Amino acid sequence: MYVAVKGGETAIANAHRLLADRRRGDRNLPSITIDQVVEQLGLAVDRVMAEASLYDRALAALAVRQARGDMIEAIFILRAYRTTLPRFGYSEPVDTANMKVERRVSATYKDLPGGQLLGPTFDYTHRLLDPSLIADEAVEEPAVKEPGEHVMRVSDILDGEGLIEGDGQMPEGHVMGDLTREPMEFPMARDLRLQALARGDEGFLLALAYSTQRGYGRTHPFVGEVRIGEVEVELDLPELGFAVSLGTIRVTECQMVNQFMGSAKQPPQFTRGYGLVFGQSERKAMSMSLVDRALRTDEFNEDIVAPAQDQEFVISHADNVQATGFVEHLKLPHYVDFQAELDLVRRMRRDYDAANSGETAKEQREAAE
Amino acid sequence: MMDAKLKQESPPDPARKNAMGLLARATLDELNAAWEALADKPDVHPVRGPETGLVMVRGRIGGGGDPFNLGEATVSRATIRLSTGEIGHGQLLGTDRQRARLAAIFDALAQRDGNSAEVEALLGRVADRLAQEERRKAEETAATRVDFFTMVRGDD
Repeated sequence: MYVAVKGGETAIANAHRLLADRRRGDRNLPSITIDQVVEQLGLAVDRVMAEASLYDRALAALAVRQARGDMIEAIFILRAYRTTLPRFGYSEPVDTANMKVERRVSATYKDLPGGQLLGPTFDYTHRLLDPSLIADEAVEEPAVKEPGEHVMRVSDILDGEGLIEGDGQMPEGHVMGDLTREPMEFPMARDLRLQALARGDEGFLLALAYSTQRGYGRTHPFVGEVRIGEVEVELDLPELGFAVSLGTIRVTECQMVNQFMGSAKQPPQFTRGYGLVFGQSERKAMSMSLVDRALRTDEFNEDIVAPAQDQEFVISHADNVQATGFVEHLKLPHYVDFQAELDLVRRMRRDYDAANSGETAKEQREAAE
Repeated sequence: MMDAKLKQESPPDPARKNAMGLLARATLDELNAAWEALADKPDVHPVRGPETGLVMVRGRIGGGGDPFNLGEATVSRATIRLSTGEIGHGQLLGTDRQRARLAAIFDALAQRDGNSAEVEALLGRVADRLAQEERRKAEETAATRVDFFTMVRGDD
């Protein structure tokens, strides 16, 4: 039998033409510019950069616009773009202790060096729709004040007493892994898990983090601190023999402090979960730190009793580009597969009906006798 | 002053490192203006690029522990040679290859006697702008600092 495999080309071309039209929308309205997306939808841009795992505001804004605001589509587009570029190298690790802090809050210490800096936050807003934005009224300039002292890391405060574990060392001789270079393998070391979580889907990580709070792998968390700001990216230049700055990127870091009762080998102390995300996204950084801590079951001899503690489950399903690819591929033509299944079900149904009608006839005979 | 070749082989050069960091953050307008202002424009020969690629940005577990890969960033870079022999490197975040090429030119010029005043002027302008922007942001953030005060409760 011959199966039609052609004929979609015109339809596809016209569908894409229609998509371009719908994307542009009403031609009487001005077209939105990339700069406008960067400036006014900055957190959408940040999310696309984080989950595409590619820091570039302009390209992420272009992706948002091209995807008509569909975040996962935009992430997919940007992730695909990165595969077209060569890799120049690995940066020096960014130094978040020297971040140019734009926001820093701690839930564990009220008065701490650097203070509680609220920054541009949605917290304490009433979440009421603001009609003044429709009228596009003029916006006040920000208030200013004399800057205070260096914003000290909360983990360094607790560290002085030895009541909290250190920043996180891999076993001796461990070679740092890179998900973009090697296939995933389980069990997965913490450095690779953090890379996967940093680009993981915000919604998925949020749900898992929430599940730990509701009792599915409880970790007794406190936000040691969340900080947002710019850090310098330095690249070692072999030609010169030293590292030079390439510029700055904005990141969000969360230090989650978790209770730990101690074990035979370890004294009771606070343990930690870590979150670091491109752009301004404390929901993601906090979720990441909760999930990071939940996944460290092997280090603390914890039983795996909940989904958030199961690294194969978490890491294998955190990537929304992979997830959307596999879920959405179901809508592509499966005509032949389905014909085969249909044929099978028809045959089974014939057998079933035949057996059943035999049964019924027998029963009727028995009843008559 | 050391010659360019010797200088490149030397261990960390704080002045050049600092200058390259500033050139990486110079805007295209700043770079173009400085180029236009050059009295004696050098002949520039491309050695590598300008080209755009990726750098894998690394973080540290817990902020100060062992490194892990956070995600990539776009980087543009260029290497050029002046007709007088100096090699310059430009590298910066983003996809602006024109900026990378100009940064490389000024990196090379910084190593050549004679242009230093013009290069210093450019670096000074960029440093001033960055300091101003940074100061402004720090002040805006400082204004959102919480000043706790304790309420006195109970009977007077």
